[in-house]
Amino acid sequence: MIELQNITKSFGDRNVVENVSFKFYEGKTNLVIGESGSGKTTLLKVMVGLHQPNSGAVLYDGRDFTALAEKEKQGVRKEIGMLFQGGALFDSMTLEQNVRFPLDMFTELTEAEKIDRVNFCLEKVKLVDKNALYPSELSGGMKKRAALARAISNSPNYLFCDEPNSGLDPKTSIVIDELIHDITAEFNITTVIITHDMNSVMEIGENVMFIHKGQNWWTGTKDEILKTNNKELYDFVFASQFIKKIYSEKS
Amino acid sequence: MKLFFHLGRYFLLLARVFSKPEKFSIYFRQIIYEINSLGTGSLGLIAIISVFMGGVITIQSAYNFTSPFIPLYAVGLGTRESIVLEFSPTIISLILAGKVGSNIASEIGTMRISEQIDALEIMGINSASYLILPKVIGAMFINPFLIIISMFLGIFGGYLMGVVSGACTSYEYIYGIQSFFIPFNVYYSLTKTVIFAFIITSVSAYHGYYTAGGALEVGQASTKSVVYNSILILVANLIITQIMLV
Repeated sequence: MIELQNITKSFGDRNVVENVSFKFYEGKTNLVIGESGSGKTTLLKVMVGLHQPNSGAVLYDGRDFTALAEKEKQGVRKEIGMLFQGGALFDSMTLEQNVRFPLDMFTELTEAEKIDRVNFCLEKVKLVDKNALYPSELSGGMKKRAALARAISNSPNYLFCDEPNSGLDPKTSIVIDELIHDITAEFNITTVIITHDMNSVMEIGENVMFIHKGQNWWTGTKDEILKTNNKELYDFVFASQFIKKIYSEKS
Repeated sequence: MKLFFHLGRYFLLLARVFSKPEKFSIYFRQIIYEINSLGTGSLGLIAIISVFMGGVITIQSAYNFTSPFIPLYAVGLGTRESIVLEFSPTIISLILAGKVGSNIASEIGTMRISEQIDALEIMGINSASYLILPKVIGAMFINPFLIIISMFLGIFGGYLMGVVSGACTSYEYIYGIQSFFIPFNVYYSLTKTVIFAFIITSVSAYHGYYTAGGALEVGQASTKSVVYNSILILVANLIITQIMLV
């Protein structure tokens, strides 16, 4: 479990994240949703240690990550997998080398064990036959799946996904969502997904936090979102007239 | 103030670059890759420039040595000294600052803006050390070999042009390049080369590592790295020459 305790992060005199507290549970797909510029990505960067918060704490299964020295943080980071918005695959490496990289760096596995693990991860994301390709030869959806394979190759306890569906068509988005959901449940990972994609929220939103103006504005599940009385959340969810129409016809 | 900010950040980056690697075998593999990439990749360019410049230096020397009191073997002697002392270590390093330096800055800069450096950090890897240390060690190792090759090819180019153009005879040129040879000059030259290699890789990597923004900023980082590398090489050249030759 990851717990946020009163996280505040400001740039200059502007509070981008303000006093945010929340619990992300293991084995569940935890979603952080909000408009662009609401502070989601800053919060994610605070959680993984790319930004130091002005106040508050991030607890990884009780370990106060924010209070650790840089060397000790690297130890916790070895338990983290991350799927970046653009994939962030290493351009100079093939898909197989990308997935294998964390294993080479941090494990003492034998060559055969590494190959098995790489094949297992590529199998999970259905890219086993593309292992010799370079990132520039992959489509957007494939890059996301490959990045997911790399993120899980070192058997992480925590998985972070930054806008996993951005730039993807609805069908591929669902494939990515289902993959993340299945991997989370199968390996009992604490997964945190930053998104503003409402399809994702309705597909896999088991534990949702809505951020508005850098604050924790609302928390609940995907089923509770549609019944919300919270004005800002309602405006966010039903920003599209199309969705509003479908939902009103349905209900 | 800005100068002190950059100096401070540069030395803090160097402290991270020279910290203990996570896994020596991976770093060793990267160093071999960089030696191949930085060294072999530049060999063709260096060979062409050295042969042509050697030829030009010989013709210019012969053109200026018009006095009957100056023996013609001075053409070979002058060419050798120009190439060993200044052309190969300094001018070739300036050319490498353009070729290799801009390549390093744009490669690391692109990794920064496409979040590949963040990915390394989140994996628990010291990204500064992993990306920069192999380049610094690789260049400091391979550049002296490149410069030695450049010296031989420059002197050979001078021989070719000297003999073909009739500026001097083959015997005079060879006698000239063997006369008054001071081995310390080669030591001085290679010392400069190693220091220039450190400047080229570390300064370019610094500009790439702290790139922020998009493709435009990557281009700017690449340009800045070439400009600062060139200035620093010239300043370092003056200081090293003052220390070692005076």
